[in-house]
Amino acid sequence: MARPEARATAGRPAEAPAPPLLAVEELRVAYGAVTAIRGVSLSVRPGEVVALLGANGAGKSTMLRAISGVVRPRAGRIRLEGTPIERLPPARIVRLGIGHCPEGRRIFGSLTVAENLRLGAAARAERAGVAEDRERLLALFPILRERQQQPAGTLSGGEQQMLALARALMARPKLLLLDEPSLGLAPLLVQQIFRRLAELKAAGTTMLLVEQNIAVALDLADRAYVLRTGEIGLEGSAAELKADYERVAAAYLGARR
Amino acid sequence: MSRAATLLVAALVLAALAAVAFGAPRLLGDYLGRVLIVICINAILVASLGIGNGFTGVFSLGHVGFVAVGAYASGILSLPASAKSAYLPDLPSWLSGWHLSFLPATIAAGVICVVLAFLVGAPLMRLSGHFVSVATLGFLIIVNVVLVNADNFTRGARTFAGVPLETTLPWALGWLALTLLVLARVAYSPKGRAWRAVREDTIAAQAIGIEVLPTRLSAFVIGAFFAGVGGSLYGHYLGSFSPAAFYFAYTFALISMLVIGGMQSLTGAVVGVLLVSLLSEALRNLERGFSLGAVTVPPLYGASQIVLGVVFILIMIFRPSGVTGDLELTLGRRR
Amino acid sequence: MNPLLYILQQVINAVALGSLYALVAIGLSMVFGILRMTNFAHGDMMMVGAFATLLLGGVGLPFGWAVAAGIAAGALAGILIERAAYRPVRGAPEVTLLLTSLAVTYILENLGILIFTSSPQNFPVPDWMNNAVQLLGGQITFTQINILTVALTGVALAGLGWFVTRTDLGLGMRAAAEDIGAAHLVGLDVNRLIVVAFAIASGFAGLAGALWAAQSGVVEPNMGFTPLLKAFVAAIIGGFGSIAGALLGGYLLGALEVFIVAFLPSEISPYRDAIVFSLLIAFLLFRPNGLLSRAQEVKL
Repeated sequence: MARPEARATAGRPAEAPAPPLLAVEELRVAYGAVTAIRGVSLSVRPGEVVALLGANGAGKSTMLRAISGVVRPRAGRIRLEGTPIERLPPARIVRLGIGHCPEGRRIFGSLTVAENLRLGAAARAERAGVAEDRERLLALFPILRERQQQPAGTLSGGEQQMLALARALMARPKLLLLDEPSLGLAPLLVQQIFRRLAELKAAGTTMLLVEQNIAVALDLADRAYVLRTGEIGLEGSAAELKADYERVAAAYLGARR
Repeated sequence: MSRAATLLVAALVLAALAAVAFGAPRLLGDYLGRVLIVICINAILVASLGIGNGFTGVFSLGHVGFVAVGAYASGILSLPASAKSAYLPDLPSWLSGWHLSFLPATIAAGVICVVLAFLVGAPLMRLSGHFVSVATLGFLIIVNVVLVNADNFTRGARTFAGVPLETTLPWALGWLALTLLVLARVAYSPKGRAWRAVREDTIAAQAIGIEVLPTRLSAFVIGAFFAGVGGSLYGHYLGSFSPAAFYFAYTFALISMLVIGGMQSLTGAVVGVLLVSLLSEALRNLERGFSLGAVTVPPLYGASQIVLGVVFILIMIFRPSGVTGDLELTLGRRR
Repeated sequence: MNPLLYILQQVINAVALGSLYALVAIGLSMVFGILRMTNFAHGDMMMVGAFATLLLGGVGLPFGWAVAAGIAAGALAGILIERAAYRPVRGAPEVTLLLTSLAVTYILENLGILIFTSSPQNFPVPDWMNNAVQLLGGQITFTQINILTVALTGVALAGLGWFVTRTDLGLGMRAAAEDIGAAHLVGLDVNRLIVVAFAIASGFAGLAGALWAAQSGVVEPNMGFTPLLKAFVAAIIGGFGSIAGALLGGYLLGALEVFIVAFLPSEISPYRDAIVFSLLIAFLLFRPNGLLSRAQEVKL
């Protein structure tokens, strides 16, 4: 198992670290005989954006699926604000405050944009404020307001990504999971999406971001982990990792130091 | 096991079977003899049904359609000429002149089913999963409708009687042995491996050059042949029958034998037939009502079928691979 | 008889028959849409509805209430079956689900035989229902039962339409039918949606069963078998999994059956069912996704 790189202390503002919103401890996930995640620990603090990087097959999507409750881990703990959630069904986890913006968007193409948004709020515990949230999100993504009554399947890729994001946010999640939001989008659209994400971050949304596009991910994130074949190969603040790109690449590809 | 030893064991088994076959009627009495005949016929039908599903993944719900065709075809062919003119006065003349004895009639039934299976299977074996199951169910219904309406040939929905009672235990056992030998030979040949590859993963199979349609079709056709044979045996055991005998109830009975015994192997087919037949017999006796000490249970006709259905569901939930699982008994298997 | 009037009469028959097929087909499609399973036991929900209506009518309940009870009985039966037989095997391969539903239908029909015997039983309907409405001097007749069938079907369809577009549950069901994985991910209680789908589907089938019995005058344990298969054909024609498709397919099939019997030579009529199932096979081969979808590649 590769040793996590030493955490840099220089340049980090001194402050009492907030208790983590999400804490993953020694997680082990397997599909049948194949172990996808071997003993990963990570955390996300309130207000942070944490990026999870890694090549295809490294286990990034599996991590998110385990956190969402879609797959059950063999071992380890996942805690949301201290409550263990690794054995809960996905619907409960959403109700506890985790929103998932899935890989490939997974919007409901036969439903209208408005209906998709309405669904996003369906699992919400507190019904008050749904209308305001919808207004807020339509203001953030004006193109969705324009296309409110259209079937979601007629939207372009970028628009669908925004819809998926808005739908997840309709649940007022404490933690937003983003699975490869840049996938299949032209660079210009990627910029647009990440600009919106930056606005959301400024408004205080906590995010765990899985991304293949290292550059935009590190621009947005505060901290990052690099996964390689189910283990953490590298972790640190985004600033450090951006500065030492070679190390990140090495962690991706698994070169031995 | 060495070649010679395998042959010796096979010969001994066959000799034992022959002894049972010829001695049984005297040893076991009429009732048990008849039960054994039905078991043998069902074993032929279930094994041939299993070839389609367990081996190629196509679950045909139309198998009993071929059984019906086999029974009626062989029945019509083997009716003595005098009976033909009495029972089927409107039979076309080219048919009414014919009369075949038992063996040729049975083989003819099988061949007719082969032709029919080619015609039906060519389009249908393109489908997968539950679509092919429903489509083959459609075939069963179409056969039923045709049988009921083609009065001239089949006497329609009325009883088709007068079929000579030719199926004896030796015949039934003989055909069963032949069926199992042929099916085992094919299932464990390279062709059989192709079948299983198609079941496991059609795309991967295609990638290594196995053509899906001919593979499925050959399994379907072989299964149909033995269904026709079984149908002939059954017809000549019953002596009289109607289209209703070859419809949903019989279909479910055969499926339950296959599933409970184990879909993946010929051993499963035979075990399933034995288990379900015994269970059905035992339960049917209880259906007439019985008393346990002070408690009297009233007659509950149909209850045995309900119990069978429940057992079926329990198997689906807890042991979908059936009682035998993946076990297969072969002589001298080389893996 | 004036050919135009003859056609009109047949249209009325077709609409009545089509309504029944649509009711059953919609339920079949709903369950397939969410669970991707063909529920062969769906036809027996018709039997449950019909027998419940018969029993409660027999103890003196007014006909309307008896039918309502039939619907409720169907819905309840559907919920029980889902819980007892289908939920434990959820996630299993298609074949397992199909076989389980075959076993359920076998059990239900034998239960019906056990309780009610296999002989057809009289299904008495209130006298006013047998009154025929005569139009145009007796050249067109349709019975109150036909009117009731079409009316109740209309009400049921309207209710369903409202449900799936206006309520959160209905919206959730449409979402789950499209992408059940995504439905989980947005936090929908998919188990609850499945139960609701079964309840509605089986309730519709119960209604269809009561109406079918009213039209034919008899009830018997295997009354649901053939209608189920016809409903399956209807659902496939329209597009399996789609409620609108089942609706379209139901009426098309009703029209087709009436057409075969009314307009084709009488020698062909007995082969009506064979024609219908040949059509099924044709659709499965060439247009497996039904009429309401764009033609797609036939998968092997």
